[in-house]
Amino acid sequence: MTVVHDIDKKMIYAYLDNIKDPEVPALSIIDLGIVKDIQYKEDELEVIITPTYTGCPAMDVISTSIRVMLSTLGFRKVKVTTVLSPAWTTDWMTEEGKRKLKAYGIAPPNPRQQVCNNKLFAPNESVQCPHCDSYHTRRISEFGSTACKALYQCEDCKEPFDYFKCH
Amino acid sequence: MKQELINYILHLADNALILGQRNAEWCGHGPVLEQDIAMTNISLDLIGQARNFYQYAASLLGEGATEDTLAYLRTEREFRNCLLVEQHNGDWGQTLLRQFLISNFQQLLYTALQTHKDRQLAAIAEKSLKEVTYHLRWSSEWVIRLGDGTRESHERMLKAIDTLWRYTGELFEPAAYETACVQDGTAVSLATIKDEWQHKTGEVFSEAGLPVPENIFMLTGGKMGKHTEQMGYILAELQYLQRAYPNAQW
Repeated sequence: MTVVHDIDKKMIYAYLDNIKDPEVPALSIIDLGIVKDIQYKEDELEVIITPTYTGCPAMDVISTSIRVMLSTLGFRKVKVTTVLSPAWTTDWMTEEGKRKLKAYGIAPPNPRQQVCNNKLFAPNESVQCPHCDSYHTRRISEFGSTACKALYQCEDCKEPFDYFKCH
Repeated sequence: MKQELINYILHLADNALILGQRNAEWCGHGPVLEQDIAMTNISLDLIGQARNFYQYAASLLGEGATEDTLAYLRTEREFRNCLLVEQHNGDWGQTLLRQFLISNFQQLLYTALQTHKDRQLAAIAEKSLKEVTYHLRWSSEWVIRLGDGTRESHERMLKAIDTLWRYTGELFEPAAYETACVQDGTAVSLATIKDEWQHKTGEVFSEAGLPVPENIFMLTGGKMGKHTEQMGYILAELQYLQRAYPNAQW
């Protein structure tokens, strides 16, 4: 058995970039910013990931996909470890990821400072329509089809759209 | 000390699981589609938080314990959730009020827990906090909207307060395992967050035009495993499949 002592992390990251978020398939797990580190110790490859939302059912699927992909590449022992702290934030989403989201029809998260506070009846976040780029949009619902999204509608082109909310 | 810590973790887990289970009863029954989705999203967050706590408790327990055995195979007396989370959903107003009272509590509790000495509990608290903060803002706005809404919505909120307030005292009454963990530095001292909880509740109630009840006899016991009648029905539904078909999997 050949023991790989000096693994090329970049290469593994490139492979992991092919694993998509099953609920938002426009994004890879690298785009999402949930892969925290890769370590190789005593024949075992460990991938450290962090969940987006605690209840997100995609996380179990993602762990399995990582194990399957790396086993297919020939790593015999693969471990996926989940860490909770520091807590994931949409700030970790790559610019490339935000671009892909928009192309997919989902408004990418705004920079963090806009929301994430406790103020009641705060004015809606200004979210750009992913279809016509108008900022003349309104929130329909704070919750959406998955934990990470809210529902908006564009007042100009009238299209409803998902907003990947800032978290 | 280990047993006390496990009990404390289970208490936090059970609060989240049972409230998540209750909220999920709204699935397909919400007053409008958006709020139906809101309720199930909040359930999902709560069940996710419960899973993190259960997984941690299971790792300390060993002997084959898993998040599933803890959720599906413990008896009523072994559950340590507060009475408040197990109460009937009632109408939309009552569900929203319960959510607000608990989210307000969880937000303060998790904020404090982040800096306590057990690193895994602190990490779960940190992770859960953003979700809970979102629940708190949403439920606060609904309490105000309904309290300060129509005559009927106002009256229903008064009735909801009348039904639920008696269970709020328990939130701040430490169980024996909790007191032990506070002394050990792993649990949040409830006395340190009580004032802030009352302040925030008073603020939202005042904006909603709702009274904060005074001198109400408080019911307790849930944290020690002594539950109201509701709990048996919840577990019957929650645990049925695993009891009837042990080890059944999706």
